[in-house]
Amino acid sequence: MEDLLPKQKLNWHKWALTAVMLVALVWSAFITDAHLGLFFTNFSQFTELFVEMAHVDWAYTGYTLEPMLQTIKMSIIGTLLGSALAFPYALLVSRNIVTNKVVVGVFRFILNIVRTIPDLMLAALFVAVVGIGPVAGIFALTIFTFGMVSKLFYEAIETIDPGPLEALRAAGGNRIEIIRFAVFPQIANYFVSYVLYAFEINVRASTVLGYMGAGGIGVYLQQALSMFRYDRVGVIVLVIFVVVLAIDYVSGKTREALL
Amino acid sequence: MKQEATPVIEFDHVSKIYENGVVGLKDINLTIMPGEFVVVVGLSGAGKSTLMRAVNRLHDISQGDIRIDGESITKAKGKKLRQIRRKIGMIFQNFNLINRATVLRNVLTGRVGYYPTWKMLFGLFSPEDKQRAYQALQTVELADKVYTRADQLSGGQQQRVSIARALTQAPSLILADEPIASLDPETTRRVMDDLKRINQELGMTVLVNLHQVDLAQAYGSRIIGIRAGEKVFDGPVSEATSAVFDEIYNGAEAEG
Ligand SMILES: Nc1ncnc2c1ncn2[C@@H]1O[C@H](COP(=O)(O)OP(=O)(O)O)[C@@H](O)[C@H]1O
Ligand SMILES: [Mg+2]
Repeated sequence: MEDLLPKQKLNWHKWALTAVMLVALVWSAFITDAHLGLFFTNFSQFTELFVEMAHVDWAYTGYTLEPMLQTIKMSIIGTLLGSALAFPYALLVSRNIVTNKVVVGVFRFILNIVRTIPDLMLAALFVAVVGIGPVAGIFALTIFTFGMVSKLFYEAIETIDPGPLEALRAAGGNRIEIIRFAVFPQIANYFVSYVLYAFEINVRASTVLGYMGAGGIGVYLQQALSMFRYDRVGVIVLVIFVVVLAIDYVSGKTREALL
Repeated sequence: MKQEATPVIEFDHVSKIYENGVVGLKDINLTIMPGEFVVVVGLSGAGKSTLMRAVNRLHDISQGDIRIDGESITKAKGKKLRQIRRKIGMIFQNFNLINRATVLRNVLTGRVGYYPTWKMLFGLFSPEDKQRAYQALQTVELADKVYTRADQLSGGQQQRVSIARALTQAPSLILADEPIASLDPETTRRVMDDLKRINQELGMTVLVNLHQVDLAQAYGSRIIGIRAGEKVFDGPVSEATSAVFDEIYNGAEAEG
């Protein structure tokens, strides 16, 4: 008798989980009063605002350059500081580098907690601690970058080829030498790429951080909006748009070349 | 002058049980003297790699003691352990080269055990060591590839780079774990010839895992047979008859 192809076992775990998620999504829409209708009733207000913004106050452009530059500086410093912290931290939470499960578990838990804090909340927190100004923004971006880059980076580290690590260990290398010669060459490109990626996100994020008083062009955006100067808001939005687009383009091309 | 030379490797009732309960090695006793060319044979899964990784303690053993040049590697820790490992070169089935680095850089990493960590952090290898690496590349006839990236070489060339790396380490013992398993017959012969030459001309002790009987007979001077974690044969190649290999591979009675 021929053996028939056995039926694949029904993976009811997966289906149950999917069902629970769907129910939870619908339910959360109800309890938060999210109505699509509301979105459309406010739509007319939105178009009105848009028309006002279209009367751009071009003369204001010159005034936006300095805060925009400050935003970029904040992003650069925040990105660099956060990445510098993320590099050793990511090694510490990679299972193929640190074999002690407790150490990896504890530090991953801390990282996950850091990552749950939204960037705006970080900005509010640091404004409260160090006062209004770009320093608060830099701190917020540093922590935000740290969380993001650490995660991306340890995931990359865990996919590297273990062979060279073993060869270095067999030759009498210690942990630092193994990282230097067997791990680092395999991940250097990823690291640079993720730092650039974080920078792209930070430029966008830091334009908004000013809203919380954390310096940069966000402060100007907030002022213009509160004074109902939509002509200026238009300028600011355009400047942000152009700068973000330019940085995304350059950084994206560089990352393409790296990987 | 010493009468009795110290064995390079001594296994003293060595057993290894993996965390999941699999028995890797079962009560192994073994003595290998300087200058020997020993081939370990056995089926896939017999425990050849486990035996080899026990020698330089890439794996810890569960019971017994292993001595290298008379010193216990089982009890060694930290710096001491790394100093013993430095005396043992290793060649792997998958070469284990750093793909993105040059051939020279790969070969130089054989020297890490000789430097303080801070120097290695900056990659500061001495000119003498660079020369030493270059010489090792000449030995395996790859001197012209010194600045080529490792991943641009063929499999056979990569394996010879890894031999050069082991040579640069200036070890007294070389372990080779199925060094030719991923190579074609032509390059297989080259790699095995290189190992033979290292053994005869440089006097290094060589321990090779193979599962091909013909190669074991052609190159080994002593054969060790492993089956299910146990040593089932140990003797000169002249005594390793086809009946012996049958027993190692199939567990069949000799002359059945
Ligand atoms: N890390 C490990 N954990 C559990 N079992 C292992 C591990 N490595 C090898 N083994 C098992 O130990 C036995 C011997 O393996 P190995 O030494 O690799 O054999 P060989 O090199 O002769 O093919 C096999 O049954 C294998 O499945
Ligand atoms: Mg093996």
